[in-house]
Amino acid sequence: MINYIIKRIAHAAIVLAVVSVVIFCLTTYIGDPVNMMVSEKASAGTRELVRQQLGLNEPLPVQYWIFLKNVMNGQFGHSYTYKIPVIGLILERLPATLEMVAVSIVLAVVIAIPLGVFAGAFPKRGISRIIMASSLFGASLPTFFVGMMLILIFAVNLGWLPSSGRGPSSVVMGVRLSINDPAGIRYMILPALTLAFANLAMLIRLTRAGMMEVMRHDFIRFARAKGVSERDVMFKHALKNALIPVVTVFGMEIGSLIAFTTVTETIFAWPGLGKLLMDSIYASDRPVIVVYLLLTAVLFVVLNFIVDMLYTIIDPRIDLR
Amino acid sequence: MPSRAETRGPSNPSMLSRIAASEFTRDFLSNPSAVAGAIIIVFALLVVLIGPHVVPQNPYDLKEINLADAYKPPIGFAGSSLKFPLGTDNQGRDILSSLVYGCRISLFIGIVGVLISCVVGTTLGLVSGYYGGKLDSLIMRIADIELSFPSILIALFMMSVFGRGIDKLLIALTAVSWVVYARTVRGDTLGVKAKEYVEAARVIGLPDRIILVRHVLPNVTTSIIVLSTLNVGGFILAEATLSFLGVGVPVTRPSLGLLVKNGFDVLFSGYWWVAVFPGLFIMVLIFGINLLGDFLKDELNPRLK
Repeated sequence: MINYIIKRIAHAAIVLAVVSVVIFCLTTYIGDPVNMMVSEKASAGTRELVRQQLGLNEPLPVQYWIFLKNVMNGQFGHSYTYKIPVIGLILERLPATLEMVAVSIVLAVVIAIPLGVFAGAFPKRGISRIIMASSLFGASLPTFFVGMMLILIFAVNLGWLPSSGRGPSSVVMGVRLSINDPAGIRYMILPALTLAFANLAMLIRLTRAGMMEVMRHDFIRFARAKGVSERDVMFKHALKNALIPVVTVFGMEIGSLIAFTTVTETIFAWPGLGKLLMDSIYASDRPVIVVYLLLTAVLFVVLNFIVDMLYTIIDPRIDLR
Repeated sequence: MPSRAETRGPSNPSMLSRIAASEFTRDFLSNPSAVAGAIIIVFALLVVLIGPHVVPQNPYDLKEINLADAYKPPIGFAGSSLKFPLGTDNQGRDILSSLVYGCRISLFIGIVGVLISCVVGTTLGLVSGYYGGKLDSLIMRIADIELSFPSILIALFMMSVFGRGIDKLLIALTAVSWVVYARTVRGDTLGVKAKEYVEAARVIGLPDRIILVRHVLPNVTTSIIVLSTLNVGGFILAEATLSFLGVGVPVTRPSLGLLVKNGFDVLFSGYWWVAVFPGLFIMVLIFGINLLGDFLKDELNPRLK
């Protein structure tokens, strides 16, 4: 086990090194940050001076080396637009995104698992067919379209829910959250629902496929024979065994969930990391882009690792060595 | 498995009748959702091919646009005009005409993009699986790294580096989707490589190029067909998402996604039709592709039969 973990960490380090080089080099081609820093009328001399100060005249490998040295010292650079340390900016926006992702995962799981269990346990029933058809339909819906329709219906036409911004939030243990504020939750509903939608269809299909596979086994027939109630057979005996592929794929999907926050946050003007990334791309704010992508890369490597570890907990038969 | 008529070339004179009598055709016709998917796709192709000759306006031609027609609602709403059945946008462009021209761009990116990534990915997969060794591990490591990140984020990053453009979109989307082909084809190639007929081909001294194209490739096409069908939907969806975020197609060549974005900007002013119709169109199109792709996936997968 320890050997396996060491191997994984070494592998992760190589991946992150390669990814950091690629991201750093490509980002130097995004726009011209000097345009963002100086006024339009600035003379060529001023521009040159700013370039000098930002270190943009150094050769690329030197720039990367300086960046790497700073990162090792915990210095992630300053945002060109906000003029504050990037890491502070990201930490400030992080809770908003994590909060939305967490709520959307809960929504997706609460809606999808029961539907998937039902459709998998009784695949021939009419309701199951309707569930499956609608899930394929749901998978065809672009995230931005879902968000837009929710805004159109619930914000523009009915006027029930706010459609942009984060609303009131309060500080819980040093972190700014809006989930514990009834008014804040109203702002949360539409973006979280939009994000949940992206994974609903996939979760339903995975759960169903897992259930169909498990329901054929003898231990299900045995549980029924010994008089276990149908609900317990489905949720206690079958679901637990059907969850392995669900956890695997969903664990990896959390990644794309984070990627899709760029879309939902842009639509709902939600002040999280996704919107920060898009704003930074529009403004050629290179330091923010680099650090955001690098942190995302770290997050992914960690997530993949956790998913692998979760296997052993759900199914002790799986041996990682 | 599909009937052999599917994999034979058109040299067979009775191919049409054999296709008509095949198991594949029977399964297809008895599957309402597959037929529905095919109808949607054929409809979309018709829209692309003959639509521009039928619709009232060329939305790119400034001479045909009149600013006085701006924000006309669709038929059935107060102030609508029969000339613009689905209403007009802020420039007075007919939504129906924009849809037809936008669909052309979306489908072009979907189909051409899939063809490119299919060729690139299949070639790399074939080479990787057939030759093995260092080249194989290099290609597969790159694939591993790419697969550990969400493809939409990689594409988004590449587009922000490249800037807008249809050609750049094709490059960015190919860069993220060749991986799936390479992986699948490599796996299949490993299986085929061990077969006697490949060994026989090698023994009689055929060059690798011929063996790969004539003996290995035909036996890995099934997976490629399924992947490609579903991938067209994925490409259109990814393109629409990137365009919606403002890093996709250029404003002068609006795809369906960019049309939705343009409409979204005026959604709060009550001009819902500008965004809703293109959005609905994308939805139906991708639903159709997914229906057909789903059918092909089940049909061509021997393990499920």
